[in-house]
Amino acid sequence: MEKNINVTLKIWRQAGPKAKGEFVTYKMDNVSTDSSFLEMLDVLNEKLIKQRKEPIAFDHDCREGICGMCSLYINGHPHGMDGETTTCQLHMRRFKDGETITVEPWRSAAFPVIKDLMVDRGAFDKIIQAGGYVSVNTGGVPDGNAIPISKVVADEAMDAASCIGCGACVAACKNGSAMLFVAAKVSQMALLPQGKVEASHRAKVMVAKMDELGFGNCTNTGACEAECPKAISISHIARLNREFLSAKFKD
Amino acid sequence: MTKKQESTAVEGNKIDARIPEGPLAEKWSNYKAHQKLVNPANKRRLDIIVVGTGLAGASAAASLAELGFNVLNFCIQDSPRRAHSIAAQGGINAAKNYQNDGDSVYRLFYDTIKGGDYRAREANVYRLAEVSNNIIDQCVAQGVPFAREYGGLLDNRSFGGAQVSRTFYAKGQTGQQLLLGAYSALSRQIGKGAVKLYSRYEMLDVVVIDGRARGIIARNLVTGKVERFFAHAVVVGSGGYGNTFFLSTNAMASNGSAAIQMYKKGAYFANPAYAQIHPTCIPVHGEFQSKLTLMSESLRNDGRIWVPKKKEDAEAIRAGKKKPTDLKEEERDYYLERRYPAFGNLVPRDVASRAAKERCDAGFGVGNTGLAVYLDFSTAIERLGENTIRARYGNLFQMYDKIVDENPYKTPMMIYPAIHYTMGGIWVDYELQTSVKGLFCIGEANFSDHGANRLGASALMQGLADGYFVLPYTIQNYLADQIQVPRMSTDLPEFIEAEKAVHAKIEKIMKIQGDKSVDSIHRELGLIMWNFVGMGRNKAGLEQALEKIKEVRHEFWTRVYVPGVSGDLNVELEKALRVADFIEIGELMARDALMREESCGGHFREEYQTPDGEALRNDEEFSFASCWKFNGDGEEPTLLKEALDYEFIHRQQRNYKA
Repeated sequence: MEKNINVTLKIWRQAGPKAKGEFVTYKMDNVSTDSSFLEMLDVLNEKLIKQRKEPIAFDHDCREGICGMCSLYINGHPHGMDGETTTCQLHMRRFKDGETITVEPWRSAAFPVIKDLMVDRGAFDKIIQAGGYVSVNTGGVPDGNAIPISKVVADEAMDAASCIGCGACVAACKNGSAMLFVAAKVSQMALLPQGKVEASHRAKVMVAKMDELGFGNCTNTGACEAECPKAISISHIARLNREFLSAKFKD
Repeated sequence: MTKKQESTAVEGNKIDARIPEGPLAEKWSNYKAHQKLVNPANKRRLDIIVVGTGLAGASAAASLAELGFNVLNFCIQDSPRRAHSIAAQGGINAAKNYQNDGDSVYRLFYDTIKGGDYRAREANVYRLAEVSNNIIDQCVAQGVPFAREYGGLLDNRSFGGAQVSRTFYAKGQTGQQLLLGAYSALSRQIGKGAVKLYSRYEMLDVVVIDGRARGIIARNLVTGKVERFFAHAVVVGSGGYGNTFFLSTNAMASNGSAAIQMYKKGAYFANPAYAQIHPTCIPVHGEFQSKLTLMSESLRNDGRIWVPKKKEDAEAIRAGKKKPTDLKEEERDYYLERRYPAFGNLVPRDVASRAAKERCDAGFGVGNTGLAVYLDFSTAIERLGENTIRARYGNLFQMYDKIVDENPYKTPMMIYPAIHYTMGGIWVDYELQTSVKGLFCIGEANFSDHGANRLGASALMQGLADGYFVLPYTIQNYLADQIQVPRMSTDLPEFIEAEKAVHAKIEKIMKIQGDKSVDSIHRELGLIMWNFVGMGRNKAGLEQALEKIKEVRHEFWTRVYVPGVSGDLNVELEKALRVADFIEIGELMARDALMREESCGGHFREEYQTPDGEALRNDEEFSFASCWKFNGDGEEPTLLKEALDYEFIHRQQRNYKA
């Protein structure tokens, strides 16, 4: 049932990439528990605008949990404390009346802050550009049913492909590693016959790009899997390691 | 026999879609056989701007770069992978006939034309159906993990408006997987340096030199800097304008500004009134609401839609005294199955949406607002078991649970129609070229293939058809004549003028310093649109809407408040620029809806309906695409007509009953 609660927000404000940031406290009264976390921030921003203050910048777009644009480190968890949930799908009914909520941007050397809660995740695109694809041009491909793929394999590839590229795995990792993100793509492609041809090469170039861009190493803490809004399994990291090693042996 | 409509003559020329001669099934092959091509050495010297990175934009940018053109690709989000195509859930149609259930290119073409209520162009739709099969092959080759049968072959499901199973899907995330496929192809070209990507950039104008599109003005959303870009041709795939309604299923940044910019530079805006209201969305729940969430139409495969048969029961449910599960089978009205025995719960979207509105308006609606109907899975769960339903719709059920806090395995979902897709858009000819030379428009942003209503799983098909298989051919027919044109300086007067105009508009908005937030004005516009230009439209209401939109425009330009400065990251300024254009689109929609004195597809004029409440077309007078030509700010636009000649299909009243 809908009700209203009062919360205190401690939100990271930072004017620009090089500016010094700080936490600013805002009181929010009468927040509908049916509203989403981002809708609550919309209401706060409307209040700030009324007071002729600058609204808080944060990334968001589809608000359906699929585009991966929203971020936010809420009370120490990327996308908040709910499992398998993006920030846009987190609802205020998950918070208690009178609670203090701390909101920070993703913290990672590879994701510099642009403003307030907005970060630059362009590094993820660069990793995909390095090799996160099957090298086919438009046209001249075989019939869709020419290569049967077992349902089990297709489903597993689909699970890996569910990654929304939000960066929660990096934000959750004490090393700031992007292994789960890279593994999800490498694994999806390595499982499918279409992607198998380039599998080892792909693992090698994507991992090299990841290292170059300042992401940390994986020490198997499993924090990424626990915080991933799409529940991508770390078993994909094992597959990435296999592909990576086989590539190295071939060298 | 209806009389033949004539297309309007503009400056001595008819509106000419330039449809190739010949039998329907041979037009596209003939076109390709005779079109002009650009040789590889010349391709390198030609620049193409592609605005947008959704299914249409990303597939076009990737394919053009593969061919050897030099591509500049603009993306409003931080990454091309976030374009709103990603949110499409249900699937993509193709005429593969893998199920051996009688599908064919012709049947897909026919269903699409009929679904669009005979207001689309035959030749374009036939081409769409023709290339649909190539899309599936392409996506499979890219590694898109489509759902498969145990034997390893591709699985299909059925969708509204069709009696065959031709929809390919990847769980409830088909749009995501297709977009990531296009994104991977695009990323490959970016990695090679063939595409230069500009992310967090927003197009603010198109630059026209000597009657040809030669570039764009775009704002870097991080620095606030306004920049100029040249290209030999400009392709816009900027999506639809559903957010005119404020509340829609579109993403927050989805907007119609690129369309308005093209319109103001001479491109016709066609059929603006054709907006699709999707029947299965989560109902509005509060004033703070920022957007509406769609539940895939695929749910109608197994879900049954109903409201209580008796008003007392509906009232008791609204008051919280009864639960839907308290009502026995005979106390429920499965109104779609009752009204449309042949298609039942799988009628097209416009029909399902209007039927829901009809029941709610009559007092049978549920939920605390009375603006909701049930989508019930109990029969399907009984028949197939909870696990099968979970496998098919698990992520959708979970999403519903998160938003509404109710478990759809135990109690029926509540749904209500919401604005979802816009069939109208920038007018394009057969080559996807607008009425401005060198300016092309693809995907949802154009008007071309869906007529007055789009069938489910056809948007993904059209976006990818345009980007992978149509534009990369047709644009060459234009560019073949441009190979002698050298790259132009962005210091030409036309570029400087366009940039100045953009600056002037931004500064005008910044200086207002009024007392209303951008969102508050946008909400007002949305409410007017929903109430008067929504599911049921009539003359008096539309005239009222036009008056009210004028007031909103005045309010915007005198009272809006945008904090901060223009030369920096400024989200409120971005929104303000978009809302200024939504107001223009809202007016065009109302104007178009008022002009079109008939009901067709998503456009329902209450004055024009059959005795049993179905849309009543008037082919005699309205068998045309309405093309609005801009005449200057504050001036009335001119209506031009592209006659829709049905040479190959016999038009009839759509019938989903028998």
